[in-house]
This record gives sequence, C-alpha cells and structure tokens, in this order.
Amino acid sequence: MSEWWTYRLSDFLMFSTPTYYRLFERQNAAVWPWQWLALALGSGLAAWLAWSMSLQRPAPVRSDPEHRAARVVCGVLALAWCTVAWAFLLRLYAPINWAAAAFAVGFGLQGLGLFMVASGLRGRLALARGPRAWVGLGLLLFALWVQPGLAPLFGRPWAQAEVFALAPDPTVLGTLGILLLLRRGHVPGGATPQRTGPAFFWLLWPLPLLWCAISGATLWVLQAPDAALMPAAAALALAAAWRPRPHRPGPGA
Amino acid sequence: MTDDSARLLSYLHPRPHSRRAALRGLAALSFSSVASLPLFAAASGAPANAEPRRKAIPSTGEMLPLVGLGSWITFNVGDDPPARRACAEVMRAFFAAGGRMIDSSPMYGSSQAVIGEGLAALGGNVPVFAADKVWVTPGERGPAQVEASRRLWQRPRFDLLQVHNLLAWQEHLPMLFAMKAAGRLRYVGITTSEGRRHGELEAIMRSQPIDFVQLSYNLLDRDVEERLLPLAQERGIAVIVNRPFRQGALLQSLARHPLPPWAREIGCDGWAQFALKFIVSHPAVTCAIPATSQVAHVQQNMLAATGVMPDAAMRRRMAAHVQAL
Repeated sequence: MSEWWTYRLSDFLMFSTPTYYRLFERQNAAVWPWQWLALALGSGLAAWLAWSMSLQRPAPVRSDPEHRAARVVCGVLALAWCTVAWAFLLRLYAPINWAAAAFAVGFGLQGLGLFMVASGLRGRLALARGPRAWVGLGLLLFALWVQPGLAPLFGRPWAQAEVFALAPDPTVLGTLGILLLLRRGHVPGGATPQRTGPAFFWLLWPLPLLWCAISGATLWVLQAPDAALMPAAAALALAAAWRPRPHRPGPGA
Repeated sequence: MTDDSARLLSYLHPRPHSRRAALRGLAALSFSSVASLPLFAAASGAPANAEPRRKAIPSTGEMLPLVGLGSWITFNVGDDPPARRACAEVMRAFFAAGGRMIDSSPMYGSSQAVIGEGLAALGGNVPVFAADKVWVTPGERGPAQVEASRRLWQRPRFDLLQVHNLLAWQEHLPMLFAMKAAGRLRYVGITTSEGRRHGELEAIMRSQPIDFVQLSYNLLDRDVEERLLPLAQERGIAVIVNRPFRQGALLQSLARHPLPPWAREIGCDGWAQFALKFIVSHPAVTCAIPATSQVAHVQQNMLAATGVMPDAAMRRRMAAHVQAL
C-alpha cells in the first residue's frame, strides 16, 4: 500500500479502552484466587535472590547458591511467560487484536529461552551486585506489588488489576528486573577472567524491551494515564545495564 | 396533488426494483426541497417514536433509513458474554428506532461474530440490511473470506458487500459482481476512509457499475463535497458515510462548547444530532453509520434521522460555526 505514511498509530487501534481492561477483569475472575500464589511465588523469588546476593560471593562451581537461585528464577519466569502467552494473549487478547497471536509467539520464544537458561546446560549464572542489582530488585518488587495497584490508583476497579505471571506488563517488567539481577558467571583466576554463562544470555533482553514499546504505544493510543510507565521502565533497565567498556591500554602503553 | 407533493410521495415510496436510470433523478432530489415542504417544516423536532427518514438506493429505489450502525471498535468485544449481550441491546434499540443497515468487516476483530450472535438473539424477524466487506489479498482468497463472514453473521446472504479500503479491488469486484448476478448478493460497493486514495476511488466510481460507495465525511472533513459526492449523484451511486464523529474525537472537542441556540430550528438536542444531520442532509448521502456501544447513544443517533433537516444555507452555517470553534 502506497499510503502507509498517512496512517496514524490510532488507526491501528481495534478495541476500546473498557474492552481492553475487561480482559484483565475476566482473567482475574477465571483464575481467582491463584493471583495470590503468583504473587507469593514472585515474592519468594525476590527474597531468595536478595538473600543470595547478601552471601559472600562463592566460587562458581555447579552447586553454588547463586547459580542455583538463577536457574530456579529463570525456570519460574519461563513458566510465567508461557502462561501469559497462552492464558492471556492467545485466549483473551487475540479475539480483539490481530497482532496478539504474534505477541503470543514472541512470549513463547522468550519462555523457551528462559527454559534453556534454567536448564543450566549452557554454563553458570551469577548474581549482579551494586546499583544494577538494586535497580533490578526495585523493578521486580514494583512489578509484584505496585503494578497491580495501578488499576485502583487510576480509577479502575481492583478486579482489573494486572498481576505478575498472569498479565504481560508486570511479567515483562519483573523480567527486566531479574535480567538486571543476573549475569554470566566467571571463572576466577588468570589474567582475564573467562565468562562461563550462556552466550545467548543477551538475547533475553530484546523481547521484553520490545513489549515495553508495544505496551506503551497501546496505552498511549488508549489515552491511559500510565502509558509512559513501561517505556520508562525499559529506559531505566537499559541505563542500569549499560556498562562502559573498560579502557584497554594500547601496545605502546 | 401539487407537483411538489407528487415528487415527495414518489421519493418516499418509489416502486420497488425500478431501474437505475429511472431512479437517478429521484435520488437526486435534495433534502432542501423535501425539508421545505409543509409536512416536514411544521415541527422543529420529532416525537421520540418517530420513524426515521429514508432515502432511496439509486440503483433500485429501495429505501434505507438515514442512520445506520457501524461496528468498528465498539462491537469488537471478544468472547466476553456480558459485553456481547450489551451489543445485542444496542442492536435491539437500533431496530426499535427503525434502523436497518449494520456495517462490519473481517478487519474488525470479533465484531462480525458479535453481530451474528446479537441478530440470532433478537430472533429472525429483524429487518437488518447486512453490509459487510471483503478485505484480503490475494484476491483468490476473497470467496473463502466472504463465506467465513457470512457464517459469522449467521445470515443466508449479505445485502451489500464492499471492497474494504480498495484492497485488491481489481480482483474482488468481478467476484462480487458475479455473486450479485447469481442472486447471492444484492449490492456491490467499495470503501475508503479518512480521505485516502480518492483519486483511485473516483476512477472506480466512473468505470465500475457499483451500487454503493463508502467514504469519510463530517463537519470538518469535507473534501468529498468537491468531486466524489457530486459524482455519486451523477452516477447514481448510494453513499454511506463512515467516521461521522471522527471516531468520537469531533464530539469530544465540540462538547467543550454550547450548542448554538439556532440548532433547535433543525431539532438538534445535542452535538451528535447536529453532526449527523449535517451529513445525512447532503443530497448525495444515503446514510451515515455511527458506531456506538451504548443504547442511549444509538437512540440519540437515530433521532437525527427524524424531524426537520437543514437546507443548503443551514448546512453552510453549521459547517462555518464548527470551523470557527
């Protein structure tokens, strides 16, 4: 079509604001009271990660607590992404949005990637420390306990609360937090420590970031007051993850 | 019987299935001449139970109420049973107010299924004028999509099928003309929206024997007054107007201003009726298809098809007033 440039973002909006938020209400009604289990599970993971971070950094052997915590967290996250793909995107969202089936495929692929990391076959993971880790923990706790409260905060009923591991936004935001908390492990010693974690670990970043843009665009077209939240969270996560390359002295130095 | 009265009676009750050529002059009869007649000039408003005014489809003379029902966004509620029941109530109120044309498209998500379920819930006696679209490429997939749409509507056939946004129209139009010739379809049309591809649309209107054209027209988007609406009159093509409220944005901005007192002269109680009366009183326009998910709104919209209609001078005043706000 030669006139694509004449379309606005709002021209692609297929549903009304009430219809969109009804999706969460219907999902919550269908799974009640399992939301509490999802929140308890997420909170348990956050507590485990925080406790593991507080330990003295151990040697990266297969049985170390950091690697074990990272694997379990990735396994639970993988289940959460697959749950959202099936129970929300395909079952509820796809009937009102043509693109939702493609979103579901993306969420499924992310779940697959997280399962591969959780399998532990591709090397060991460790936990980050410092500001990056604190931002990650903050994002995870925000996704678990603040994001569900946005519905009543912006005048919608509690029944439309978006819950981690059930709705896409808190699941994605919590995932960004966890990705900040994890990093590839190192083999200590030697002149240059060698990384041992899965080389494709960085591939777990693009889909959550892409979803932040999609969600932000959708909510912006719906004129939702919290439309900037997910893009802002993505920007914060990227800023926290960014690390300038260490300066390497040249051969003449 | 005066000449004017005879013209009015023939306008309101044309012989069914008259030929296009004989009806072209009839359809060209403007609302300004109708509204000036004592029958319509007597009252500024209309009783709540008034029948909507109708216009003839030029190609057959079949009468259609001036206001129909769109389904873009509003009927795309998915598999939500309460929301589907609410849509059925909107349809019930629409038919109770004398409405007939409901318009949808395979592009509109679950809207077709919602309409089909609503029509089934209302029983088989509703006088629906089923208007849908074909929206697929390549064109060879058109018949399968039309059949899928028909099943979702739960209808034996469509009254009108339109090529949506001119997509693959070279392939779809022959298919639709063949369906019409075989008695599996009553009317063929083509659509565009928001002022896109008007040059190509004009060429199709000149070269293809279509019954309907659907386009965007409202108090602010008036480009079609220049060429397309006069051409539709000249060629005897019925005109359906989409986006009469700019998807609600027009009413949202007008709501900040009071309705001018002189709007009462044409029986307007609110901006929605003001906007709709402006559209449907254009001599070339057959009907407008506002979409809504609320019973109160569909009732208000249907009232715009009743009572006094603005004449040409009043229409200019309406457009100028809104332009100046």
